[in-house]
Amino acid sequence: MVSTLAWQNRSQGSGGRHYLDANASEPLRPEARAAVLVALGVTGNPSSVHGEGRNARRILEDARETLAMRFGARPERLVFTSGATEANAFALHALRGARRLIIGATEHDSIRAHARDATVLTADRRGVAELDALESILRQGPALVALMLANNETGTLQPIAETAALCRRYGAILHVDAVQAAGRLPVELDALGAHSLALSSHKLGGPLGAGALMLSSDAPAERPLITGGGQERGWRGGTPALPAIAGFAAAVAAAVDADRLATLRDAIEQAAVRQGAIVCGFGAERLANTTCLALPGVRADAQVIALDLEGIAVSAGAACSSGKVAASHVLTAMGLGALAGQAIRVSLPWNAESDCAQAFATAYARMAARLRPALAGAAAGA
Amino acid sequence: MPDTALPPARPNRPVYLDNQATTRCDPRVATAMLPWFTEQYGNPHSVEHVMGLAAEEAVEQARTQLAALIGADAKEIVFTSGATESNNVAIKGAARYAARTGGTRRRIVTVATEHKCVLESVADLAEEGFEPVFLTVGADGLVDPDALRAALAVPTLLVSIMTVNNETGVVQDIAGLAAIAKAAGTLFHTDAAQAVGKIPLDAAGWRVDLLSVSGHKIYGPKGVGALFVRRRPRVRLAPLFSGGGQERGLRSGTLPAPLIVGLGEACRLAAAEMEEEARRIGELRARLFDRLRAEIPGLRVNGSMAARIPGNLNLTFPAATAAELMARAPELCVSTGSACSSAEIEPSYVLRAMGLSEEEAGRSLRIGIGRFTSPADIDYAAAALVAAHAGTVVPA
Repeated sequence: MVSTLAWQNRSQGSGGRHYLDANASEPLRPEARAAVLVALGVTGNPSSVHGEGRNARRILEDARETLAMRFGARPERLVFTSGATEANAFALHALRGARRLIIGATEHDSIRAHARDATVLTADRRGVAELDALESILRQGPALVALMLANNETGTLQPIAETAALCRRYGAILHVDAVQAAGRLPVELDALGAHSLALSSHKLGGPLGAGALMLSSDAPAERPLITGGGQERGWRGGTPALPAIAGFAAAVAAAVDADRLATLRDAIEQAAVRQGAIVCGFGAERLANTTCLALPGVRADAQVIALDLEGIAVSAGAACSSGKVAASHVLTAMGLGALAGQAIRVSLPWNAESDCAQAFATAYARMAARLRPALAGAAAGA
Repeated sequence: MPDTALPPARPNRPVYLDNQATTRCDPRVATAMLPWFTEQYGNPHSVEHVMGLAAEEAVEQARTQLAALIGADAKEIVFTSGATESNNVAIKGAARYAARTGGTRRRIVTVATEHKCVLESVADLAEEGFEPVFLTVGADGLVDPDALRAALAVPTLLVSIMTVNNETGVVQDIAGLAAIAKAAGTLFHTDAAQAVGKIPLDAAGWRVDLLSVSGHKIYGPKGVGALFVRRRPRVRLAPLFSGGGQERGLRSGTLPAPLIVGLGEACRLAAAEMEEEARRIGELRARLFDRLRAEIPGLRVNGSMAARIPGNLNLTFPAATAAELMARAPELCVSTGSACSSAEIEPSYVLRAMGLSEEEAGRSLRIGIGRFTSPADIDYAAAALVAAHAGTVVPA
């Protein structure tokens, strides 16, 4: 176990480490930090009627407005949650009714938790959902479809607008997990035509502990997941997490599309490919900050640990309930077989330093040379 | 006394006496959280790299701090987004798990004066085929143990009784009530959101199975709470939502490390300062109550004064409504009852359950004295309430 102190000492080194695990958690944006601090100084409960309470409520409603504007929803149709896991669960709970559930094969675990009674929509080798298959399922009756906008492991984007149009043609409801896309590329619920959208604060540079579910005006939401107290117009009980929500909104306001990161990402990808890596999801439209690199024959966890020792923080697929190192269900669904246990995810944070690609290239080459001496040597000599 | 709690020479304006609705985040808690909002931004589940490990370690330290405060083992603590979620998970989770695994007990016993989220969770379960039973309380706000025994004559799945009421501050005898439930083979849950840090808690010794905790009621941040889930014998719950499998599958979602660090620090401070703080706050309450009683004949206190946390007063005024008092003393932050879905200023169902008429409940105020209340604040509050009650508008 590495102690907190040890980490602090290391982080004080002059630009030694590079955090390239933004899809697990983005570094907090300074604007968000400032907003958190202000909100921490506010005493009131946003539901109290006195001046203190009204102050708190103003922060809450301003945040709601900021998010609604940015993501194309009406403020009164935005419900703050503790995070995206709750938002996804809430969406499926509220919108399910008597509909059959259809989920994408590469969804996040918070959606896959419902897989037992769902139809799984297949994906192609790039990780893109197969809409022909969806159409034939939609013909069979009322459905709730859950499809993510951008995949957390590969960055692959789904054709959401097309999916939404298809769903609406058949009277189906579409829920979109937009966690990894929001703040990184333009996302608007109304423009996409979906019925609901789940967002996470800490995946776009806000603090941990806040998320949101946005509902279109015609989303047939029926019931809350967490009851009691009547907050959020009865859609979510519990005192809202004011500082986290204030930071969430400030991060949203500060987030700009991540095109700058595409150049760095491409350089990282090229460096890995030179060492024999395969880019999972290549050929699909992808998030600019994400690449998923499989190194044939080398276990993902060994790669992650070796890179960590070299000062590069990446992950083997989703962070979630750590410890577990299993083959990625995302890559398995893409038909990558054994490679599904041999891929790392590199995801650049909003504040990635320009020398991170070079640092990664050096570290990756050393890692590959150590873990795959024969092949890496051959590649280096080529 | 900690330096941050030094009383100001003049009253804070406005004077905040609504500490059962929420509390100011203690500056020491904010300080403890700060690094986790800035340089230490790792995901506590990313244990493959050092940043994630550091966050995980901080989360585990907070878990230990919280466990120590409530008399539990760290392994028995599940972090949530707050007490409302904890109560939802405890009540719905216990009932659904039992039903799913073939349990035949359907009765769920709770109390009419519970927090809304407990009552609504039980109501949700009624729709799923469970049988809710609501116990009443006496004028003192206390549950009659014999009434609980009688309700348990029918084999019962779960009893949920709050440790401290959020409107009256009345403290139930949880150890005694839990013993009755245990004797009947029933699970026992207590919503301790208002009790943690105010009175000593002993989850293990009291033999409760489930206990809910809130962060922002104990000078910690909003957006975090916890649920104690007994391990020996192990209490099984169905999660409210899944995915990711964090918190041993009981509560999925990335743990908000900064908020959890804040909750842990709030618990550490409460453990260290509870005794001294209770004494100090108790003196402030006595000072306020004595002044009000002396100058407002006919003033009544709702609920037992003996079985009550030191910081709470719930008072029925003889000649003015709560709304009038609050309008005439706008610089005094008090409330008519639970905050929750405000705007609705309707007479408190808690007070109604204690036998007050709707009209009497409408003349009642909840006053919550807290860590940052100064003697000067109390003097201001006493003067303002006396004046407001006499019909005077207190200038800002």
